[in-house]
Amino acid sequence: MASLDDLKKRIVSVKSTQKITKAMKMVAAAKLKRAQDNAEKGRPYSEKMNNIILNLSNGISDKESAPKLLSGTGDEKTHLCVILTSDRGLCGGFNTNIVKKAKSYFDKIEKDGKILKIVTVGSKGNDQLKRIYGEKIIEKISFKESKNINFFDADKVGKMIIEKFEKKEFDVCTIFYNKFKNVITQIPQAQQIIPLKTSEPEGNSSEDNYEFEPEEDEILSNLLPKNISTQIFKAMLENSASEQGSRMSAMDNATRNAGEMVDKLTIEYNRSRQAAITKELIEIISGAESL
Amino acid sequence: MSDTFKLEIVNPEKSFLVKENVKEVVVPAFEGEMGILKDHISIISFLKPGVLKVLEGSSEEKKYYVEDGIIEFKNNCLSVLTSNIFDISKADKTKITEIINNTEKEARENDLDDQKRYLIEQKIEVLKSISSIN
Repeated sequence: MASLDDLKKRIVSVKSTQKITKAMKMVAAAKLKRAQDNAEKGRPYSEKMNNIILNLSNGISDKESAPKLLSGTGDEKTHLCVILTSDRGLCGGFNTNIVKKAKSYFDKIEKDGKILKIVTVGSKGNDQLKRIYGEKIIEKISFKESKNINFFDADKVGKMIIEKFEKKEFDVCTIFYNKFKNVITQIPQAQQIIPLKTSEPEGNSSEDNYEFEPEEDEILSNLLPKNISTQIFKAMLENSASEQGSRMSAMDNATRNAGEMVDKLTIEYNRSRQAAITKELIEIISGAESL
Repeated sequence: MSDTFKLEIVNPEKSFLVKENVKEVVVPAFEGEMGILKDHISIISFLKPGVLKVLEGSSEEKKYYVEDGIIEFKNNCLSVLTSNIFDISKADKTKITEIINNTEKEARENDLDDQKRYLIEQKIEVLKSISSIN
């Protein structure tokens, strides 16, 4: 059995851990509010963008001549996977969930005998993947320096992807991120961005006849690269909200566990203190009796 | 019947401006300036760097600088998607000069295609004219 002093030390150390996790939870809660706001504000842009592209691709009569970013290279040999994770840890299953989702996708690709290439955004994803898929990671990006998520960063990633696409380094590109549903639920998502999978048309929107200026294909070829950056930006926003939410609930759990541990240790401490006193009393009494 | 329509300007970070009743919007479309009134035909077009003017009822017209973007007009709702926009009347002159300098640096690079060069030159020209007014 641990001595009284040891128990006391343990209680103190658990308490200070609890203080830290509590503080982290508060910070995450404050940041979550902002990240959530940003994610919500960012939605109209990507939604509108999607709508316009949808209308445009419906307007294109000749699918053959459509830009490659929309129709694909006609091949499905090389897959590029962009894994968006956080740069910091201590956020529960946040990064692990994305990586798990990505890994099952990787397995599928490799089983089909296709070539896999990986780009990691955020250092935590890279840490988890580099052991198994080390030689497949062709690029790692981290935005540790930029405090807030901004479009400029997303654009950098987008431009890099397009550059690689134009060099014909891959045929299909998928991004992995966590979609923010609420504070306790984040859903890992895989979204294919090249060739673009247009989401289901909204019934009447396809019937609209648009006038285009300049021509459809010219607009499309300008718009599609932008859309990729926009989609990545959206993913990054969702990711940051998810990260804070995940961290908040993880830290909440940690705080509660620490509290339980302190309670348990305190009971043990009191018991052994009482036992020690009883033992001393018995010693005194039996000493007095022997006289 | 009123002769106004809805205008929405969004940039990636947030919804920049929403107005329910604007009379006319002049956008710097890629192939020239274009005024849009109510009941315009559905259109999708591209923006080049320039000044976007918003006319709202009786009040004075508002001017915004846009760097690029797409516009979509449908069912009397004009959506402007742009990554870079600011209100000219509130713009900081030093900031504009800074952008001009950066852009000029960009223009000196040699490996630009004609379209990019045209856009950059356009941008410098517009920004210079803005800073000369203020």
